[in-house]
Amino acid sequence: MAIRERLSGNEAVATAMKQINPDTVAAYPITPSTEVPQYFSNFVANGEVDTEFIAVESEHSAMSACIGASAAGGRVMSATSSQGLAYMFEMLYVAAGMRLPITLICGNRALSAPLNIHNDHSDSMGVRDAGFIQLYCENNQEAYDNTIMAVKIAEKASIPVMVCYDGFITSHSVENIMLLETEEVKKFVGERNPVQYLLDDERNISMGPMDLQKYYFEHRKQLADAMRGAKDIIKEVSDEFYKLTGRKYDLYENYMMDDAEIGIVVLNSTAGTAKDAVDKLRKEGVKAGLIKPRAFRPLPYNEIPEALKNVKALAILDKCDSVNGYAAPLFTELTSAMFSKGVIIPTVNYIYGLGGVDVKVNDILDVFDNLKNIAKNGKIEKTTYYLGMEN
Amino acid sequence: MIEIRWHGRGGQGAKTASLLLADAAFNTGKYIQGFPEYGPERMGAPITAYNRISDTPIRVHSNIYEPDYVVVVDDTLLEAVDVTNGLKEDGAILINTNKKPEQLLEHLNGYKGKIYTIDATKISMECIKANFPNTAMLSAIVKITGIMTKEQLLKDMRDSFKHKFARKPEVIEPNMQAVERAYDEVTGGNE
Repeated sequence: MAIRERLSGNEAVATAMKQINPDTVAAYPITPSTEVPQYFSNFVANGEVDTEFIAVESEHSAMSACIGASAAGGRVMSATSSQGLAYMFEMLYVAAGMRLPITLICGNRALSAPLNIHNDHSDSMGVRDAGFIQLYCENNQEAYDNTIMAVKIAEKASIPVMVCYDGFITSHSVENIMLLETEEVKKFVGERNPVQYLLDDERNISMGPMDLQKYYFEHRKQLADAMRGAKDIIKEVSDEFYKLTGRKYDLYENYMMDDAEIGIVVLNSTAGTAKDAVDKLRKEGVKAGLIKPRAFRPLPYNEIPEALKNVKALAILDKCDSVNGYAAPLFTELTSAMFSKGVIIPTVNYIYGLGGVDVKVNDILDVFDNLKNIAKNGKIEKTTYYLGMEN
Repeated sequence: MIEIRWHGRGGQGAKTASLLLADAAFNTGKYIQGFPEYGPERMGAPITAYNRISDTPIRVHSNIYEPDYVVVVDDTLLEAVDVTNGLKEDGAILINTNKKPEQLLEHLNGYKGKIYTIDATKISMECIKANFPNTAMLSAIVKITGIMTKEQLLKDMRDSFKHKFARKPEVIEPNMQAVERAYDEVTGGNE
């Protein structure tokens, strides 16, 4: 029986973790994800879970402890944001390279400097090549659902998963949510059954030693292949979740895109705001649509170009910047995928909302206004815009 | 959809009040959002919090710029913050003050909608013996918006307080008195 509740994003994620009851959680607090280990340590103290909670002295240690516990054979989770994720950088590559199915919660926040505690995607985008699967969430419900699915996806793919949701906008907003019964969650995630693990007393192995050239390249290729294969695993786990909850998840969400003439691609909470903008335009007879990637790693490089191939103009919105003198990551990767698939459409990049600058329905309508002109003229004036900073 | 903007000062409980209002509306079966705008977090600094209440799922995730209702938890904010900015003229503003609405007009930028006042600080001092005006303000805004009946509100608040004050049950009755008095004492609007 589904439970109707109202929770903040952080409460929703902590609740999912409680229901999952992992073997180990190691975390260090950082705004805006602090509440996740805070609530979770309460569950531990109250005996509601039997998790070993390790209060470490830094995020580097948090991920190191997760790696050790996961290699030992445990089901392991952590949570962080911003500078904390940046401080984990070195160990993220180790977690993925060792193929450890750790679930890492990321409450997305800007990176210093200047110091800023508010939301953008600089942190998770900054570690996009670490080898983690990355799932992005529009709201509290998706943060909860993806946290539950992440555990299963990680263990089936033998790749760690990062669940990303917007700091404050999602983490600290109270919204309606449908929760599963704890027994349903436990049944869904099952037990972790690692093929090999350090605490297997019948089989002595070492994990994570040095590789010489040939083995290193082979292992990296295996990781890359596993990431490619993870698309099917994500779909499979999502189908199973759909049967349990009626909530449908794919690699991306297609909103009114099938007959759209102008479209935007955007991650996380802004996608909700943009859906209201799409509805407004549709009422005026404008064929607008939206693609919301759920998986950025693995990149749906076939699926998303296919879904948007019929639009006359496209905007890809990034809540971070590559500072490469050109454009931001979602844009560069998706336009590259479009080019490879022969999908050639006038496409612009909007960098928006850095450091938590609020994004309104009207801001999205401004983007669509530009797209109307591009669709009419068939060409773009420039590639990269900074939303609200152009005048 | 009803959109509400709260203005308070850090430490006065405007954020808590917005979350309690979200709770109350949730319990009547609505879709809700309750969220604060986080700025420099220090006691006494102006803070803003928001509510959306709707019969259908809420997807928009921006702040609220054209609210139906504005709640001002501290009337000294009237001189510091443009509280009626974007407020709909067919909406209303609720102010915690011991002054009459006529005395506040100069700070309301010619706002033509309904103006409600309540001395929530006095109610709080008399009932709770401390300055926590937020529960009284919550009760007053529930009455103005009509999102639930007085009976529903009282039942709901009692349940919330039982949970919130599980370790100091002696403050439940004083808070309930504040809720009930505020519901009856809020004045203004068309009167």
